[in-house]
Amino acid sequence: MAQLLRLFAAVTIISLVSGGLLAAVKSGTQERIEYQQLKFVKGPVLKAIFKDASNDPLADRLKIPLDKGEVNCFVGVFNGKKNTVAIEGFGKGFGGDIGVLVAINVENDQILGVGVTTHSETPGLGSRAKEDPAFAAQFKGKPITDPFKVKADGGQIDALSGATVTSRGVCGALLSVSEAYQRLKPAILQKLKEKA
Amino acid sequence: MAKKSVLQEFSKGLWVEVPPFRLVLGLCPTLAITKSVDNGIGMGVAVTFVLVCSNVLISLLRNVIPKEVRIACYIVIIATFVTVVELTMQAFVYPLFLQLGIFIPLIVVNCILLGRAEAFAAKNGAAASLADGLGMGIGYTLALTALSAIREILGNGTFYKIAVFGPDFEPFRFMVEAPGAFMCLGLMLCVMNAIGKK
Repeated sequence: MAQLLRLFAAVTIISLVSGGLLAAVKSGTQERIEYQQLKFVKGPVLKAIFKDASNDPLADRLKIPLDKGEVNCFVGVFNGKKNTVAIEGFGKGFGGDIGVLVAINVENDQILGVGVTTHSETPGLGSRAKEDPAFAAQFKGKPITDPFKVKADGGQIDALSGATVTSRGVCGALLSVSEAYQRLKPAILQKLKEKA
Repeated sequence: MAKKSVLQEFSKGLWVEVPPFRLVLGLCPTLAITKSVDNGIGMGVAVTFVLVCSNVLISLLRNVIPKEVRIACYIVIIATFVTVVELTMQAFVYPLFLQLGIFIPLIVVNCILLGRAEAFAAKNGAAASLADGLGMGIGYTLALTALSAIREILGNGTFYKIAVFGPDFEPFRFMVEAPGAFMCLGLMLCVMNAIGKK
């Protein structure tokens, strides 16, 4: 019996110490990891759609509470004014969720730019949603309240040929951003005011 | 067997018992990640860190850990250090972490680690275990670097991302694919055996 207890004690103590150590390391690195993930996954896309901004949208991000979680909201400064925010939304594509960052001017609710962040679409077909700038450029200047649909569904968006499902997914992501943006707009404006 | 000096424990990992070529351990990451030199070095450093830490800790605890549950205890210790490395890499060298991907957490099941813990650290003092871990780790890093240098130079025409042959060089693409890995490792083993033959 004493022997059995010794075994229990050894494994328990080692596991407890490791668990404690890992919890400490995790909480110590969490913020940096989050920043690195933003930088390397969303950074290039953000840079592309915010190429004339005078600030670092990654550093100037707001966290807006939504439902139970939080929404990352990247702020862009144009002509000295904090007037643009980028929000990420997801839509169902051919191979999984497509993440799309949408930059919106808060003064006139127009889309400044759109960029795909993460996707698992077919290389050469659906993946053009990320690679082909002409596809994303269609959304530029449109009001965020538009009912985004591909032409096949009666909308105005030219689908990528051979990748209608992907194009629908991107439209879906835009709609989810649009919905989130309209719900969050008061909170965003207030936060922008606080910071300015 | 006569007691070896700390220096001998260190140097045996560099040549006489260099892990991938002599002990033929830890081959899965050796084959998979040696596409470029920075991957090879990154993986080697990660393994070295875990190997040194777990070797020292296991050697210090060798009289406390009961024999019956030693493997479970070793695995917990090794897994802890691997997770520390994984989190640290994510925090500081994220692009490298993306390249190495699943092979970082898989260090836990790397035979070199449990092998050294069971065969060496559990029977020797902390200083000797430190030397053993460091030697094995550096040997592993050098082996990965050598293999990845050959594959990157031939397969991509670059060394550490710097072009070596100029723009007209047509790289042997297959060297950076899976078959290149097997061939390269096989030839290296062959050369090592030929040199080592007495």
